[in-house]
Amino acid sequence: MTSITSDPRTPIAIRAARDEATGFVIMTVLLLLVPFSGIYPFFVMQALCFALFACAFNLLIGYGGLLSFGHAMFLGTAGYVSAHASKEWGFPPEFAILTGAAASFGLAVITGYVAIRRLGIYFAMITLALSQLIYFIYLQAPFTHGEDGIQGVPQGKMFGFLDLSNPTVLYYVVLGVFLIGFLIVYRAINSPFGEVLKSIRENEPRAISLGYKADQYKLLAYILSGTLAGLAGGMKVFVAQNASLTDVHWMMSGEVVLMTLIGGLGTIFGPVVGAFIVIAMQQYLAGFGQWVTVIQGAIFVVCVLAFRRGIVGEFAHYFKRSL
Amino acid sequence: MNIQALSAQLLVGLINGSFYALLSLGLAVIFGMLNVINFAHGALYMMGAFCAYFLLNLFGIGYWPALIIAPIVVGLFGILMERSLLQWLTGLDHLYGLLLTFGVALILQGLFQNYFGSSGLPYAIPTELQGGVNLGFMFLPIYRGWVVIFSLVVCLVTWYLIERTQLGAYLRAATENPTLVRAFGINVPRMITLTFGFGVGLAALAGVLSAPINQVRPLMGADLIIVVFAVVVIGGMGSIMGSIITGFALGVIEGLTKYFYPEASNTVVFVFMVLVLLLKPTGLTGRAT
Repeated sequence: MTSITSDPRTPIAIRAARDEATGFVIMTVLLLLVPFSGIYPFFVMQALCFALFACAFNLLIGYGGLLSFGHAMFLGTAGYVSAHASKEWGFPPEFAILTGAAASFGLAVITGYVAIRRLGIYFAMITLALSQLIYFIYLQAPFTHGEDGIQGVPQGKMFGFLDLSNPTVLYYVVLGVFLIGFLIVYRAINSPFGEVLKSIRENEPRAISLGYKADQYKLLAYILSGTLAGLAGGMKVFVAQNASLTDVHWMMSGEVVLMTLIGGLGTIFGPVVGAFIVIAMQQYLAGFGQWVTVIQGAIFVVCVLAFRRGIVGEFAHYFKRSL
Repeated sequence: MNIQALSAQLLVGLINGSFYALLSLGLAVIFGMLNVINFAHGALYMMGAFCAYFLLNLFGIGYWPALIIAPIVVGLFGILMERSLLQWLTGLDHLYGLLLTFGVALILQGLFQNYFGSSGLPYAIPTELQGGVNLGFMFLPIYRGWVVIFSLVVCLVTWYLIERTQLGAYLRAATENPTLVRAFGINVPRMITLTFGFGVGLAALAGVLSAPINQVRPLMGADLIIVVFAVVVIGGMGSIMGSIITGFALGVIEGLTKYFYPEASNTVVFVFMVLVLLLKPTGLTGRAT
């Protein structure tokens, strides 16, 4: 018999929510302590930008089952627009980042409308081709300064008082933006919208027969994912102080796939772990030239053949936890 | 209008079209049998060109034997790849095939970049095909004419093999229903392996053909494969003839753009893809899925 105070959720859902809350607290505490640890803060800030990028990407592939092979177009577009808004128009950082995210939102609406017309394996090819189209546009457009990129973006003061040229302040701002983005993704996954998205991933014809408009849900997931990837791109500009073609290149789209795959597709913390691993790898192996590419390729192969749950996914599976 | 310049660009377009056709044909055949989009196709095309380069510089074997040897060698590499890696993906979502072959492409391109840098290595045009003929309205370098005609012949032979022979009938049947075809006593797994080797061989052949024109570079296939993906989206993978025609047609469209509006020559195939998706989402030759 249930008492008045009973929770309407199943015991499994309660346990899952508790695991995830524990994970979130541990992650947040660790990240809050970084400036006192002696770890190079620039590395962690960069990793946080990519972690948000990967979380946004994971929303689409892990919960919507849609593989976008062109997500760099959102990171890069927001980067260019934020850098331009900050440097040429003199926008304060918060507006510059939001303008960048808004540009990615617009791009996601347009490309989503085109890409969603063919699903399955075609979707990956279409998004890749679209991002290559965007890449060539930026290569030729005058405002991106072609191969040079937009250099020396001023960091400025966020909300008029947070001086972003101070590394510690910048770190906590980046952490704050990351946590907001992370919680938006978490909320989306656990909302009725997220549940419908998962049901479409599992069995699309059945979801359609229940009256859900599958295409609209997928498009919405794509737009949300693109916009959040844009938020990551806008924030990244204030860390790196430049915007360049690297962020729009297909290699970047491949990297975000790799981060999510290593960490675990469809896990909540996987993309964050994956982003830190990939960025650390690039940092420490920078002297080895193209061997980094070879290693990344080998990780793809190993992950697909033997390790499809990813690190967090395997961990969660082994300990029967939800992470 | 400058006829000379226009026909020169049209010829470049036809040559690129030949490569699009050979590569998208291979992708379509592989997808039909394995349900895998082979992201490594561009890297294997590059390996074909490098194979011809090695044959010439290490063993003194010229262009003509390379045209046969390189596709066989790279095709065998493809068979090895299918047996060691791809065969384990049977039954998994398509996207894992794409991710695995993307990884293979990164490994191959990274390895070649380590040893050969990013610059191009020269590969001479065979003596028999040097020079050109004056057609009155344009000067036609013989090698370029050869590439277009030879690619067209290879494409048509492939079409004939698949659509008109007994072997092709087995292949098409196995694409539709592998279990049933196995029940008739045909070794479908072996057929899958050989099909993959054949598709990879086509890519390598395109690589050998392009070596004297585009130089031999580790990343020569990296951007090309993305254009070929767009070609595949435009044409749809359902029809062999469709892939061939779409490949050549898009090459020509690209060539025309280079003449009339060169700024858009990099992007025209992608823009065309967007238009096709908006007007006829199943692709020009594709059926509704």
